[in-house]
Amino acid sequence: MREVIRAENLEKRFGDFAAVKGVTFSVAEGEAFGFLGPNGAGKTTTMRMVQCVSPRSGGHLEVLGMDPATDAREIKALLGVVPQEDNLDPELTGYENLRTYARYFGVAKDVAEERIARLLAFVEMEKKKDVIIEHLSGGMKRRLVLARALVNDPRILVLDEPTTGLDPQARHLIWDQLQGLQAEGRTIVLTTHYMEEAERLCDRLVIMDHGGVLIEGSPADLIDQTIGRQVLEAEAVPAVLSCLDRHGLRYDLVGRSVLVPTDDPAQMTGTLLHECGSIKLATRPTTLEDVFLKLTGRRLRE
Amino acid sequence: MKRQLSSLAWAVWQRNLDVFSKTWQVNLIPPAIEPVLYLLALGFGVGAFITDIEGVPYIRFIAPALFAVSVMNASFFECTYGSYVRMYYQKTFDAIVATPVTIEEVIAGEILWGATRSLISAGIILPVLVLFGVVDLPGSLLLVPFAFAAGLLFASIGMCFTAVIPNIESINYPAFLFITPMFLFSGTFFPLDLLPPPLQAAALAVLPLAHVVNVARALTLSTGWGFLLLGLLWIGIAAPILFFFALRLMKRRLIV
Ligand SMILES: Nc1ncnc2c1ncn2[C@@H]1O[C@H](COP(=O)(O)OP(=O)(O)O)[C@@H](O)[C@H]1O
Ligand SMILES: [Mg+2]
Repeated sequence: MREVIRAENLEKRFGDFAAVKGVTFSVAEGEAFGFLGPNGAGKTTTMRMVQCVSPRSGGHLEVLGMDPATDAREIKALLGVVPQEDNLDPELTGYENLRTYARYFGVAKDVAEERIARLLAFVEMEKKKDVIIEHLSGGMKRRLVLARALVNDPRILVLDEPTTGLDPQARHLIWDQLQGLQAEGRTIVLTTHYMEEAERLCDRLVIMDHGGVLIEGSPADLIDQTIGRQVLEAEAVPAVLSCLDRHGLRYDLVGRSVLVPTDDPAQMTGTLLHECGSIKLATRPTTLEDVFLKLTGRRLRE
Repeated sequence: MKRQLSSLAWAVWQRNLDVFSKTWQVNLIPPAIEPVLYLLALGFGVGAFITDIEGVPYIRFIAPALFAVSVMNASFFECTYGSYVRMYYQKTFDAIVATPVTIEEVIAGEILWGATRSLISAGIILPVLVLFGVVDLPGSLLLVPFAFAAGLLFASIGMCFTAVIPNIESINYPAFLFITPMFLFSGTFFPLDLLPPPLQAAALAVLPLAHVVNVARALTLSTGWGFLLLGLLWIGIAAPILFFFALRLMKRRLIV
């Protein structure tokens, strides 16, 4: 697989504050690559360096074989960007927004017209294409931003929290569209703090926190590496805890319950029920959320 | 710098023109009315108490100044309030720099647009002045291209402020401490030579509007060619310097 983005020890400082500290990752052509992390982890800062709108403070970065520091214009011509905050022109209609954006890429007028019509259909905004942005819902604006990111027929789509704040219907629609775009052969890079989104969309992902990468792999790999496939959840009563301690088992306390990773849920369930009598417990497959919370902690962010 | 500035700046200009065209009624009518009010109040009202100034009726004396002031206001406020709203509230600049358009081109496009606003204002006011019969023809027709040049100057000045102010309310500083004094002391409503000589020299050295008024007045009264040359020279030197300075300041503000 060809590498389309490569970052080595990528750094970003704002004055004395290091927002990104030595991040290394690489994205292969055609894959969907995710950055998962809590608020303030440095996801947006990393994306902005990839998008060539924010100069890096250190390290190495290559996008489509070029250096953002010197070939920003050439790189940006091949990227489609969905920023974290919607920044459509509020006074223009959806159609006008796309037409205006196509001009920034120097797309020829007839090519642009044909492409815009196709994109408006793709994001299901044909009927609303002549409505001023101010009067559209959040989901509609997000879809228009996605369509706008495609007016230059980009090779890489960079999406910063594409579905944050959307209702489930709007979110699922965007997911379908992103999967369609990946099927067309485009590379997708996205940030999110929704586990389900990461699990569903990403072939590979990194979990970031405090400006660094904590772990990298496919969603399934991350689960295997960090916790194991199954987890047993029980009431955190003294009897259970002492029983777990007696067997030397690793566990995490989460509120009023205790989480025990296990490869053999049946046997562990038997042990606990046998030794502690009647307690509430359940087993379930481990999710990315368990991995995420284990790695980034439970402390509230921002 | 060269590689960072291309004709893509006009795509930014076009975006502003598109938005402007959607609301042209509100955009065109008010700026047309203000100078007419000044002309009536000052020209006929105040003018009735004033003998000729430098051999011309008061209304003919202030006509080019009113022209210059509206050219100044159009571009200055476009590149302060207008640009600040696009930059800070609408994040329009962020959206554009994610494309092959550079930040330099965004700012250049904004300044070109500011100058275009001056041009539009000129296009509205000049017919009014002609209608009142207070400007010479055909010389005054040159006010139209001149408005664009003066617009570039004031747009660049406005953009320099936009690049450094912390919030939109701060536009009051240049508006009241720079634009208002300039409005009063640029040979607009009374001739510069009524000022003490050191102040006169200071006005010509640092008040861009003084030169714009001088050039406009030379064109509408067909006299004062020395001031016209001086004014064109001053504007010709100051405008490019301030233009590139604005690009630099904006880049410093936005590229982090
Ligand atoms: N322009 C900036 N100046 C100073 N600090 C910044 C700037 N942009 C981001 N930061 C800081 O960098 C850190 C990472 O921010 P960000 O990349 O936006 O995180 P995320 O997108 O993962 O939520 C945060 O602590 C944020 O406050
Ligand atoms: Mg972010």
